[in-house]
Amino acid sequence: MVENSPRDNPVADVTSISCKSEVRDLSFYYGAFNALKNINMRLHEKQVTALIGPSGCGKSTFLRCFNRMHDLYPGNRYVGEIILHPDNVNILSRNVDPIEVRMRVSMVFQKPNPFPKSIYENVAYGLRVRGVRQRAVLDEKVEQALRDAALWDEVKDRLNQLAYNLSGGQQQRLCIARALATDPEILLFDEPTSALDPIATASIEELIADLKDKVTILIVTHNMQQAARVSDYTAYMYLGEVIEFDVTDTIFIKPKNKQTEDYITGRFG
Amino acid sequence: MRDEKNLNEIRAIIARHKLWDLIFVIIGVFVLMIAVLTFMALFSHMLIDGMPRLSWDFFSSFPSRRAGSAGILSAWVGTTLVMIVTAVAAVPMGIGAGIYLEEYASKNLITEIIEINVTNLAGVPSIIYGLLALSLFVHQLGFGQSILSAGLALALLILPVVIVATREAIRSIPVAIREGAYALGATKWQTVSDHLLPYSAAGILTGVIIGLARAIGETAPIITIGALTFIAFLPPSPFKTEFPFLSLEWLMAPFTVMPIQMFNWVSRPEEEFQANAAAAGLVLVVMTLTMNALAIYLRYRMRKNIKW
Repeated sequence: MVENSPRDNPVADVTSISCKSEVRDLSFYYGAFNALKNINMRLHEKQVTALIGPSGCGKSTFLRCFNRMHDLYPGNRYVGEIILHPDNVNILSRNVDPIEVRMRVSMVFQKPNPFPKSIYENVAYGLRVRGVRQRAVLDEKVEQALRDAALWDEVKDRLNQLAYNLSGGQQQRLCIARALATDPEILLFDEPTSALDPIATASIEELIADLKDKVTILIVTHNMQQAARVSDYTAYMYLGEVIEFDVTDTIFIKPKNKQTEDYITGRFG
Repeated sequence: MRDEKNLNEIRAIIARHKLWDLIFVIIGVFVLMIAVLTFMALFSHMLIDGMPRLSWDFFSSFPSRRAGSAGILSAWVGTTLVMIVTAVAAVPMGIGAGIYLEEYASKNLITEIIEINVTNLAGVPSIIYGLLALSLFVHQLGFGQSILSAGLALALLILPVVIVATREAIRSIPVAIREGAYALGATKWQTVSDHLLPYSAAGILTGVIIGLARAIGETAPIITIGALTFIAFLPPSPFKTEFPFLSLEWLMAPFTVMPIQMFNWVSRPEEEFQANAAAAGLVLVVMTLTMNALAIYLRYRMRKNIKW
């Protein structure tokens, strides 16, 4: 499915791909609980990076730092930086409005969460939030996003129907279209297929592989095969730490760390 | 491996446990019947006594010293106008307070005290609201013994109901929907006005109607304010023929309401007035039940498109 990735000639290629985002000494606290510990890694531009690890290891917590989702709840605290290139802005800084961050970094959730509105309005909502009013612009962007999410042909004749009339897989692709409509720089996926059947899962994975031409992707998955299939880079996390981060093939074929190897081979987790 | 004896024991245990199911069903149905039958008995009694009095004239006549020609015109007009004031005052205040407490207020001691107070306000005896309204609206603010004072008093009374209904309706929206909106870059207000309010409208509306249905039968606070028991004229019309076509004079007018009219008739010694009271009671119950039915219908209609 994913052929033209740097895994064909690993490591050598890594330097030539530009860096979209850099995580520097990131720690995160839920109140007094230290959920993420001193994470350092990079997201490479227009590549898919997967976060794997056992439940409760902090994958989703880490992902939700990228769009400042934790700011919605009291008592959460970030330490360290997440730098967004090319403008070198630290998106965790107090001076950066979380809303601005969310306008640059979109997210797709674990369970499809369309709004109880029409298919069209679901996709258009991000644009409406940004003040887009002209019907022609909205129409064009909505169509483009739905095409990018491989949903257009299935819904073009019923854009005004409720989003709940779609199947689970279609709903998740609608949520992807909704996230794409605003041309994000990074797209976050939080276990996007965990609520879907195998066929819908396959179509979402295919879509993710296609999307990396347009956008940098960070995906959390509890399914190692999925990480191996869709990602170019993989980070193995355990107890709030990134144990190992490398090109996906290296992680899965010859991991450097014993813990990673145990998890990959199913001896642990 | 189970032998015959063992299996019989298990069956005996299941049968014994199922007996409790049966006993509970019998008790439940019995208790339910007491409640339903009591209401039915009262209602049919009122129906028999009052039905012969119900006629167009009963609705279009003022009260009178002769029972036969007395009607509820001033009472139902008064009730309607008071309810309008109550709704106009309580709905925006209650919804606003509910949204603030649920979405904006930071979780601290002050918020917690306010929350406990709001919940407890629902249990304060209604006559207390009457006393508050008497000193605040009637005297301090100088609204007098008017429709405005009565409407505001009842608005205070149902405010906690509206606030609690709003908060519960908003809280029943899944976190995923809320986060979905925020993740697209929506501000708090955009999330509230584009998502939370529309999706919780059915629940809020139900709360508002149930609150109004409670207020419509309230007597104590209205008596405390000093509504008249015998009133043979209508408040000034809210509509005028010349610009600006609307008038607010009626707000300051003296008035009576349905329950007070009933109370007045019940306390008369003459038999014929009892029939009038029963007929007025019938009208009041039908008004309340209609409001409840409306609430159920609206909730059904608005939730049809929303399934989480």
